[in-house]
Amino acid sequence: MKTYVAVELTIDEAGIMHPHRIVWEDGRKFEITSVSDVRRAASLKAGGCGMRYTCRIGRRDAYLYYEDPKWFVDA
Amino acid sequence: MGRRILHADFNSFYASVACFLDPALRPHPVAVAGAPEARHGIILAKNELAKKFGVTTGEAVWQAKKKCPLLVTVKPEFETYQKFSALGRELYGEYSDRVEAFGLDENWIDVSGTTETIEDARRLAETIRRRVLDELGITVSIGVADNKVFSKLGSDIKKPNAVTVVSPDNFKEVAWPLPARDLLYVGRATQKKLARYGIFTIGDLANASAAFLKAQLGKCGLMLHAFANGLDVAPVLHTIDQSPVKSVGNGITTPRDLVNDADVYLTICMLAESVAARLREHGMRARTAQLGVRDTDLSTFVRQARLDRPSNITSEISRACMQLFTAGYTWQTPIRSLTVTAADLVPNADPEQLTLFDDEAARSRAEAAEQAVDDIRRRFGYRAIGRAIFLKDTDIGLLAPKEDHTIHPVGYLQNNTMDSVIGGRA
Repeated sequence: MKTYVAVELTIDEAGIMHPHRIVWEDGRKFEITSVSDVRRAASLKAGGCGMRYTCRIGRRDAYLYYEDPKWFVDA
Repeated sequence: MGRRILHADFNSFYASVACFLDPALRPHPVAVAGAPEARHGIILAKNELAKKFGVTTGEAVWQAKKKCPLLVTVKPEFETYQKFSALGRELYGEYSDRVEAFGLDENWIDVSGTTETIEDARRLAETIRRRVLDELGITVSIGVADNKVFSKLGSDIKKPNAVTVVSPDNFKEVAWPLPARDLLYVGRATQKKLARYGIFTIGDLANASAAFLKAQLGKCGLMLHAFANGLDVAPVLHTIDQSPVKSVGNGITTPRDLVNDADVYLTICMLAESVAARLREHGMRARTAQLGVRDTDLSTFVRQARLDRPSNITSEISRACMQLFTAGYTWQTPIRSLTVTAADLVPNADPEQLTLFDDEAARSRAEAAEQAVDDIRRRFGYRAIGRAIFLKDTDIGLLAPKEDHTIHPVGYLQNNTMDSVIGGRA
């Protein structure tokens, strides 16, 4: 399922985006402790493509996609 | 040393994109089709499942549904296709500065600079094929050859998601047994003509005498003979040499037939408005306006006129088209469809000769007003603002034409002549 989410992020001087938190539709926030990989990728499960951020959330990795200008997760 | 050229072809492009973006569609036979209620309900693309039922591109939706009652049809979304097309070209562009588009879904890529042998090129093609699937989520078939014609042929041999090599070493085994019709520029008429002389396959064509083919088909015969022998030397264009827009056009088959000048004026206004908006989007002005009219007997006439000044203002384009119409049409029959095209484009940035007698202030006010409308529509949608005339006949006036325009294929020979693409084998 393709779920669009709100993302809290910083954009640095070079214009690079660093996502910090995913805000779920019910208001829950998930802290991103690190981003291990950023690449262009397609999500067959969600049906969308864009820049894929591999994010460490708690004890597991999750994919966060930037589909200019929106963000989604394949939950 | 020969060249190494890839031809990458997105498989069932529109349908693949639709199925990728909506996972719920994937288990079903799916076709992308125009809207039947607006009278252009034909199949534009279909997925593999629909293909198995014998659904073909170009047939009417009702015909397709007869063969495949459970066929799911979805509306085309050209903006999305353009986005995927651009992403694909961007990816190919990482491997070559020569990526030449042939329609939205096909590209030639000249990789002679980055590969040493055909085998290298094949490996690169495999990499591209995998990356397209990973990054765009759709499949691509790639043909690898030392010329454009055979690489295109190669991309058609194995589908979907495959790489096929048609090299100087194997083309006699791979290409020659194929029907002549598969070769670029052999259409239905040429195929019939060739069959009369016992030429059925590409091999037959290659082994026929060039003089004989010339006698039957003229220059085109010589060209096809060279194509069949792998002697096409047409270059893959540099990416930067390709002016993406040469003309901007928009046509519509109206929901009801047009029966008088007022109907026509309304439709022309609507089309001209969308053409002008697209000109502004591309940062261009047009020097020529063209009007195409098709009546209910399906006969067509096309007229064009030079505009006094390069323009992207709706009223100037529609006025020119209306003049063409009143001068050229006698209302023998009602009209089924209209096309407005702006051609002979110049960039906005080009200096312009002003005249002493026109009111420049009024022109720039008109341009500013239209830009404001563009902006409002960008923010609030097409129907947020519009011309009052469109409310006179809401069936026609409230169609949003800019979004569902047609995309025309380009010709292979647009930058070459038939003589110039024929080469000899070293």
